[in-house]
Amino acid sequence: MVAMNAWLRDPNPASRLQARVGQGYLAWLRMRRNTLAMTGLVIVVALVGMAICAPLLAGYSPTAQDLSARLLPPFSAGHWLGTDDFGRDIWSRIVFGSRITLTIIALVAVTAPVIGLMVGTVAGYFGGWVDQVLMRVTDIFLAFPRLILALALVAVLGPGINNAVFAIALTAWPPYARVARAETLTVRASDYIAAVRLQGASALRIIWGHIIPMCLPSVIIRVTLDMAGVILIAAGLGFLGLGAQPPLPEWGLMISSGRRYLFEQWWVCTIPGLAIFIVSLGFNLLGDGLRDVLDPRSASR
Amino acid sequence: MTLLAVDDLHVTFDTEAGRVEAVRGVSFSLGRERLGIVGESGSGKTLTGRSILRLIRPPGHVRAKSITFDGTDLLRLSEREMRALRGQRIAMVMQDPKYSLNPVLRIGAQLTEGLRQRDRLSASDATTKAIAALEAVQIRDPARVMEAYPHELSGGMGQRVMIAMMLIPNPDLLIADEPTSALDVTVQAEVLTILDDLVRERGMGLIFISHDLRLVGRFCDRVLVMYKGRIVEELAAKDLMQARHPYTRGLLNCLPRIGGARGPLPGLDRTADWAQEGAL
Amino acid sequence: MTAALIEIDRLCVDFIANRRTVHAVRDVSLSVAARESYGLVGESGSGKSTILRAICGLAPVTSGTILIGGEALPVRRGRAFSARVQMVFQDPYASIHPRHTIDRTLSEPLAIHGLKGSDARVTQALADVGLPPSFRFRYPHQLSGGQRQRVAIARALMLEPEILLLDEPTSALDASVQAETLNLLSRLGEERGLTFLMVSHDLAVIDHMCDRVLLMQNGMAVEELTREALAEARMTTDYARTLFDASADRMLG
Repeated sequence: MVAMNAWLRDPNPASRLQARVGQGYLAWLRMRRNTLAMTGLVIVVALVGMAICAPLLAGYSPTAQDLSARLLPPFSAGHWLGTDDFGRDIWSRIVFGSRITLTIIALVAVTAPVIGLMVGTVAGYFGGWVDQVLMRVTDIFLAFPRLILALALVAVLGPGINNAVFAIALTAWPPYARVARAETLTVRASDYIAAVRLQGASALRIIWGHIIPMCLPSVIIRVTLDMAGVILIAAGLGFLGLGAQPPLPEWGLMISSGRRYLFEQWWVCTIPGLAIFIVSLGFNLLGDGLRDVLDPRSASR
Repeated sequence: MTLLAVDDLHVTFDTEAGRVEAVRGVSFSLGRERLGIVGESGSGKTLTGRSILRLIRPPGHVRAKSITFDGTDLLRLSEREMRALRGQRIAMVMQDPKYSLNPVLRIGAQLTEGLRQRDRLSASDATTKAIAALEAVQIRDPARVMEAYPHELSGGMGQRVMIAMMLIPNPDLLIADEPTSALDVTVQAEVLTILDDLVRERGMGLIFISHDLRLVGRFCDRVLVMYKGRIVEELAAKDLMQARHPYTRGLLNCLPRIGGARGPLPGLDRTADWAQEGAL
Repeated sequence: MTAALIEIDRLCVDFIANRRTVHAVRDVSLSVAARESYGLVGESGSGKSTILRAICGLAPVTSGTILIGGEALPVRRGRAFSARVQMVFQDPYASIHPRHTIDRTLSEPLAIHGLKGSDARVTQALADVGLPPSFRFRYPHQLSGGQRQRVAIARALMLEPEILLLDEPTSALDASVQAETLNLLSRLGEERGLTFLMVSHDLAVIDHMCDRVLLMQNGMAVEELTREALAEARMTTDYARTLFDASADRMLG
């Protein structure tokens, strides 16, 4: 353990791998000091753990109905979070629903920022008409309200989670393009870019190797903060019946179908609501913590 | 009559890489004279200046036996009392007016802000005082400068505005942290002369922090030379060329001169005893 | 007389800033012989750094010609140019990519030009500039200003250029570190037969490093002096004298 610590903290690394891992370790130590960020991390890790171990954690199948045990309150025998109007165990639905939430997040997280990053850096680096065209395209997509676009897609393609994710990703990438372009414009004027241009580097090498690494922190932070919003939009779409369809245990859908019972059997829609709240909060806290760690401190003098 | 007395000042920073001691046991006193603090980067000179004004925030910690200003121990004052002192009795001029002047406010607004809020002067009284301050730093067209934004001024002009702003409340002590390092060589001389005249006229104490030993030697009465958080030599400015500590001699000798020899410049022997971490 | 390696004839560089044209360089001509060290001195706004950037293709040339080795420069400077001319920038904190290890910074020029043996060459480069081999995988923020500037010099020399453009290479450094860096540059220049075109605002630094110096003001060439003329204060224009006095004035004894 001590040897590992020494290897990580070595001021003179012997390879690129050691250098990178060492810096990552120091960044981790910095983040560890931030209690709120660690709370966020714990929540996110719990979400992932829950999704992976769903069959082990849930007591029942999320779609198994038991009409004799409808609308049981929390802390009832065998159902610690109660049951919904079809007698399905709420805890099990939450646990399996986390898989859906995570799928939505993952799909959006790998598509939107990547597209945004590419569009933004190319626009920022080349400037001129390339910049104008790409930014106008970005503006067009930015102008679409997400829910309206989702409605339109659903009308054309039919409801379902995949279409909901498609709609969200389509409207989520423009802010990343904007952020990436702004960073690129700043970075482009630096001496280190001038130096590598002077070495005869191609535009592709410069964008990929020099500019994107500088844009990554802002984009990563933005992704974590956006995830909260993505979850809420997916929940909203589910609530409107445009995303996941019954009997899928998607959290937004659970809130929607539990609406009727809000006053008497409040737990049916409140508990999924709480789950959404906790996960959104977790991503927000994590995003804030990452900002403190990733932003220029490590890059500045 | 001692204006400021610093006794055993320590400034430490807690980083994830461990504890860093930036200032280690610095003690000096200052009357109504011009004291220069010279050192390279990492010597702790800027932090010394900032600790006097208690501008150091966590993860930095300031610890000293006492920092006495005109009889009061600054370390024992509350933040509120310090705020009343800062700007009023102890002022600070920093290196680059681009960064120390608010870029979105006109110069006039920045100059009169303190007067109107703190001294509760009317707009016209404040403006008159501000124009008088600008004239004191030899700005020929003060009315135009009042209406200008910081980015419209040259470096030398901006620095003069900074000095004017800091001297309006007539402080007893001025801490100037590299006030001319960002300026062109010909402008440096002008700004320093203005600063010199003002300090003499008003009988202020001046702490002049710089990396330029020769500049400080020409401009100050006494010089403190700092290295790695400690004072290695303290001497009168006129005795600078007779300095005895190897670091000071090294600093004096390592600068190129016009018409000097073409061979390698003498550097500092960083392996010498005095340069080690534990040495004094 | 040896043919000039760098020949600049009536160079003009104009920028558009805030819808006004800024004449950064106006009608400047100079020539630098091979293995010579030539200095450009002036205050801010004199256009001296702009000339270097114009040579590199980082600033637009409005009119006039720049010849390197008697040949005109292609609009896009290209690989052949970068193997001949390299530059060391002013701010060591800004001229090295903060997220790349020193190893990557030094091996990149070799990778761009498809040159082999980067492992040995990087190690050799570090030794040439006096940095220990253990620094190879450090990041820039783990190095001091002077050490970073050494890396910048090493990087500039990786492609073994003939001409080294130096844009105020020591003005961001402490005095003692400046002395070491200037000594390093002198030694490397001697060893490799480099031609220096150096920009500075510090007349003493230029005097120490250069054989001839051109004083500039507001984009125009004011006076060209040899080192001897400068040392004996044989300048003919007023501005040159003001600059000289402001520098020598600050020296004691």
